[in-house]
Amino acid sequence: MATPRPRVKVPKTAAAGEVITIKTLISHDMESGQRKDSEGNTIPRKIINKFTCDFNGQTVFSCDIDPAISANPYFEFNAKVAESGTFKFTWVDDDGSVYEAEEKIEVK
Amino acid sequence: FAAAGFRAAPAVADAAATEVAIKEFTGGIIPAEAGKLTLKTPEIAENGNTVPVSVSVESAMSGDDMVESIAILAEGNPNPGVVVFSFTPMSGAAAATTRMRLAKTQNVIAIAKMADGTFYMDKKEVKVTIGGCGG
Repeated sequence: MATPRPRVKVPKTAAAGEVITIKTLISHDMESGQRKDSEGNTIPRKIINKFTCDFNGQTVFSCDIDPAISANPYFEFNAKVAESGTFKFTWVDDDGSVYEAEEKIEVK
Repeated sequence: FAAAGFRAAPAVADAAATEVAIKEFTGGIIPAEAGKLTLKTPEIAENGNTVPVSVSVESAMSGDDMVESIAILAEGNPNPGVVVFSFTPMSGAAAATTRMRLAKTQNVIAIAKMADGTFYMDKKEVKVTIGGCGG
């Protein structure tokens, strides 16, 4: 599988105190551990098990993920922004890999 | 949380396993199916591999009127656990959307944990045309 590629959508600007919507997607097979290969052997589980969104170092939103989340996990959630800053997005893989993305927002 | 909960379930989840998972999340309570939590799912999902699901709770997201987390469970999957969303005052709103796998037609359950220790639950049946835990 290719290296998971994160995509995030954050508004470029917001008013102070505005509640914005953030959309994230990461390419990942989310192998559930339930499937079998052509020889009948179970394909081992390998999923993204944790997603976190921080803003200026403080956690905004996070999820603990089970194999029942679809391939290429998509999350849409909100954030209340009081000041300009940087959103940091982190996905943690079962194999310990960590995938990251960042987006800046300007508060006017 | 995912590691602590939901894993001990048998190979095929059922109502009993789901009840255990609910009690693990709530600390032993089965919440009433009423209140401020709204669970949105399609009535019919043609493809069980990717079923949209949204949860939201009317909340000020501060002080006691604060949603700490929302768990989503699927009664008819190999394991009931789907996802647990955790919120903070910086979330601004207790709402989230994702896409899940459903093995067959079943009930999807959402439970919200409030900062004051109360819980809300909502349940929806989703009819699945092609199951999504493919073997």
